[in-house]
Amino acid sequence: MPQLAADTKHRVAFHLNGRKVEVLAENRMLLSDLLRHELGATGTHVGCEHGVCGACTVQVDGAPVRACLILAAQIDGADVRTVEALTPTAQQLSPLQAAFREKHGLQCGFCTPGILMTLDALLTTRPDASEQEIREHLSGHLCRCTGYATIVAAALAAVEEIRKEQKYNA
Amino acid sequence: MTINLQRAGLVGRSMPRVEDAALLIGRGRYIDDLPTRRDTAHMVVLRSPHAHAEIRSIDVSKALEVEGVHAVITGDDVAALTRSLTVGVKADVECWPIARDRVRYVGEPVALVVADTRYIAEDALDLIAVEYDMLPVVMDPEAALQEDAALLHPSLGSNCIAERSFRYGDPESAFAEAKHRFAIDVSYPRNSCTPIETYGVIAEYDPGEDAYDVTANFQGPFSIHAVVALALKVPGNRMRLRTPPDSGGSFGVKQGVFVYAILAAVAARVSGRPVKWIEDRLEHLMASVSATNRATRLEAAVEADGRITALRWDQIEDCGAHLRAPEPATLYRMHGNMTGAYAIANVAIRNRVVLTNKTPTGLNRGFGGPQIYYPLERLMHRIADELGIDRLEVIRRNLVPSDAFPYRTATGALLDSGDYAAALDTALANGNFDELIERRRQARAAGKLYGIGLAAAVEPSVSNMGYITTALTPEQRAKAGPKNGAQAVATISIDPLGAVTVKVASVPQGQGHRTVLAQVVAERLGIPFKAVRVNTELDTARDAWSIASGNYSSRFAAAVAGTARLAADRIRDRLAEIAAGQLNVEASQVDFLDGRIFDRLNPDNSISFNRVAATSHWAPGMLPEGTDHTIQETVFWTPEQLEAPTSKDGINSSLCHGFIFDFCGIEIDPATGAVRIDKYVTMHDCGRVLHPAMVEGQVRGAFAQAVGAALFEEYAYGQDGSFLSGTLADYLIPTVMEVPDPVILHYESPSPFTPLGAKGVGEGNCMSTPVCIANAIADATGAIDITLPLSPGRIGDLIFGEEKPSSQPQTRTPNKSSSGQRQLTGQGSATVSASRQTVWDMLLDPATLEAIIPGAHGVERVSATHFRADVTLGVGPVKGRYRAEIKLSDMVEPEAVTLSGSTQGALGFGNGVGRITLREADGKTIVGYSYEAGIGGKVASVGGRLLDGAARVVIGQFFQALARHAGGGTPHGGLLSRLKALLGGRS
Repeated sequence: MPQLAADTKHRVAFHLNGRKVEVLAENRMLLSDLLRHELGATGTHVGCEHGVCGACTVQVDGAPVRACLILAAQIDGADVRTVEALTPTAQQLSPLQAAFREKHGLQCGFCTPGILMTLDALLTTRPDASEQEIREHLSGHLCRCTGYATIVAAALAAVEEIRKEQKYNA
Repeated sequence: MTINLQRAGLVGRSMPRVEDAALLIGRGRYIDDLPTRRDTAHMVVLRSPHAHAEIRSIDVSKALEVEGVHAVITGDDVAALTRSLTVGVKADVECWPIARDRVRYVGEPVALVVADTRYIAEDALDLIAVEYDMLPVVMDPEAALQEDAALLHPSLGSNCIAERSFRYGDPESAFAEAKHRFAIDVSYPRNSCTPIETYGVIAEYDPGEDAYDVTANFQGPFSIHAVVALALKVPGNRMRLRTPPDSGGSFGVKQGVFVYAILAAVAARVSGRPVKWIEDRLEHLMASVSATNRATRLEAAVEADGRITALRWDQIEDCGAHLRAPEPATLYRMHGNMTGAYAIANVAIRNRVVLTNKTPTGLNRGFGGPQIYYPLERLMHRIADELGIDRLEVIRRNLVPSDAFPYRTATGALLDSGDYAAALDTALANGNFDELIERRRQARAAGKLYGIGLAAAVEPSVSNMGYITTALTPEQRAKAGPKNGAQAVATISIDPLGAVTVKVASVPQGQGHRTVLAQVVAERLGIPFKAVRVNTELDTARDAWSIASGNYSSRFAAAVAGTARLAADRIRDRLAEIAAGQLNVEASQVDFLDGRIFDRLNPDNSISFNRVAATSHWAPGMLPEGTDHTIQETVFWTPEQLEAPTSKDGINSSLCHGFIFDFCGIEIDPATGAVRIDKYVTMHDCGRVLHPAMVEGQVRGAFAQAVGAALFEEYAYGQDGSFLSGTLADYLIPTVMEVPDPVILHYESPSPFTPLGAKGVGEGNCMSTPVCIANAIADATGAIDITLPLSPGRIGDLIFGEEKPSSQPQTRTPNKSSSGQRQLTGQGSATVSASRQTVWDMLLDPATLEAIIPGAHGVERVSATHFRADVTLGVGPVKGRYRAEIKLSDMVEPEAVTLSGSTQGALGFGNGVGRITLREADGKTIVGYSYEAGIGGKVASVGGRLLDGAARVVIGQFFQALARHAGGGTPHGGLLSRLKALLGGRS
């Protein structure tokens, strides 16, 4: 990675939820701050800024990443997806989102976007993920409201729904 | 057509939440998401690295020079524009939201920086130079009461800010006559429910009207609005307080944001622009608020059959460095419930509130409940064991009798409804208690450590706003005037097209209030669920509210939803009168269903709801004589049962009282001490259930937080007052891996005192679960003294006994210095290829010191024996700039000198003393050194795990450099070499 000067802004070009974005960012700008405060994509939430709570999880090139632990400059050329991209259309929830509503998998909703991004990445690569796999992936997220049981139930319901869809499509 | 009188039955159904769609697509609007004016600046807070110190000076000049900085504000600047916060007891003490001459806890605000961005503001923050003179600290509530304890507030003359003794019935006689007396001593730890969203404030000041406009993710109670307005020296109508549409959890904690509402308001005024502040996680953990820690001695007078005739409480409540509103509420919230779920006629209570060098406390889910149920239910367990009676039987014999409701407790609570014995038996039957006993038998037969815990609790909800005045004497109360009640408010509006909007002063943080209110109002008005829109934002300048407004003490279902029902009743009655004229029937005959208003006896005679609802707008002249409009109806409701404390200190501290009975089975790993919750059953009687899924969500959420409190979570402080749990890697919140799914059972005894029969349910498991788990640990280990959190280390002590001294003791062990600070000590020597005198001269030469002090940027010679330096030091990834002072003393030229130094920086502070001896050998000099050093501040909060090694490396580097600078030689302090090897030469 090239050396970046501290006192100048650097051009960062990447794709955010499928759209090309080009910004100038200081090299110390966090991805979470870039998304929220420079680009107005406030669906990604910031809970701890030290990588433990998982609320700021986004996908960079398909993999879940803590947006608070990565600099804006590091995503130059990358494909970034946030919770805003999960909905197929404005009026419709994805099977995962719908399962969260159905199973009461959220209360305050602050940790939810990060959890959705982690589960979306998991279910994209492992659509038939087991409960144990789901728990392991969720273990990188803190939720203070739900006690987690309904989150696990929602993820399992989403797996079931995706399975049905695939069967139908096949 | 027959009318189904069960209706759509919206209330009592688990409707999908109206809140969820926006939250799931990233369209929630939390405080940090709200639009702000373009000239909005960002505030950051400089915080004290010391638990107790005088502020000698604050130099803000360099910070003000930074481009983009608009203001730097100190405590005195804030004091010039505000007045000291109102304190809830009569005491000669000032309570400021920011330190003035003295800091009293790590994290206390010392200065504010307002700048264009948070990044710039934090740059400038590092340039503020504060000089402190450290003072001895007081960290333990019992120690705070000792004669020789350091005083936090000299004007008080003591660290005890409030003391009261209470007597109900005849406890002395009961104790004298009792067959047995049992006592328990408990130290309940500090913890916090720590929401995932931190505090946030956006503040503006209008100089033209001398008015503040503050948006904060505040949760209430809005009695605090009065505290804020008084502090800002404006009437309440010039202190507009608004809340954002969404809030990322609170659990009581966001009550404490009011302090920052004041600071941001002042910052906006001083800087002449809107100011936004978003708290970071370290700030939140170390300086927002936490629950109180409490030292309790509880004694019971007990008959031979296990029946308790009297309780004697001695509680020492630690509220931290300042008694901030609404404290000492944590201590008094449970005052009517000091006998728990039991019928105990005689009670003596001594309550002392003490101040220590810890963060001020505030609201926290369970609020005072865990602190009393822990000793009470541990004692019940003890009594049974001591008397050899079955533990369940002792609970049963003491429960409030089923036919006694409403039951007045000894200390004044009016338990509204319930059948505790029946709920307990239902829990045992439906939760398969017998099967759990069998599991324990089998586990123990297989050599495992397995225990069963029980806990019974009464869960109060809908606080009496007057309970806090129980902290005052009856005479003081008479002088101040009575305080009582709890005004809940709901407004229903109907627009010109007949659409219904509900507004409440409730401020939810994820509980789903909008959904339940839509259910309640839609059902009552016979319109579809989706036809009702609910707004739970609160704006004190425009909405109906009162001091009890807000979301706390589990008051929503019982009070707020009930008040919405009352407002719906009134609107419905008027709509019925208007419709009666149009349908040509009696109003008593009119009914509402599916968006139509009709004659119950002839449903075909009907009219649309919207048409009738719009009449007040379009044709007010059509309203029947004596019938008021239906455009808007606001109902304030306060229950008559919430009376002021009596002259004998009886207090009905809450309106509703749910019942909980929990039991659990836990297994302890005999090798690691890790606890596994094998089964947890929790029975709740929360009156009428309005939305089963939300009730279960509340129970599961409180349960998870309680598992954390029982096993992992503690706001840990060093003996020097350093805050040691400043990250979520140090303050351990349970994850999905640690929280089992409890078996949730219900027993419904509707409250006769609330409009819908509902009671609160949000806090119960925070009260019952920690002690239920502790009782199970006691059952598994046979231990009596059990202190939370039950980390594997603590469990290890219970199952293995005290750790034996090592057969190969290390030479360097952390010591305690006289100040109580955790100290690092070390020693070593280095051979230097120079004469003693040369080495001696080097130690007194600024140029040499600059070369050998690790990370030094410039050494200034203040006097022959006093040097000052700027140094950059790194501990793990945390690198910071510090200002170092080095003094030489006990000089014996050229043989020995003592170096004492201190460092001070944005990331923390350190101090140390080293004795250097110079001995000649074969033309070389052997430099011997020994040192003692301590470190605190932010670096101690976030880097505690890395600290010991890093400090040793840095100190070692100094001597290594000295040897090298003198022309050769290597240090051979054994530890240093080992450390270097360990760190792979990174040092």
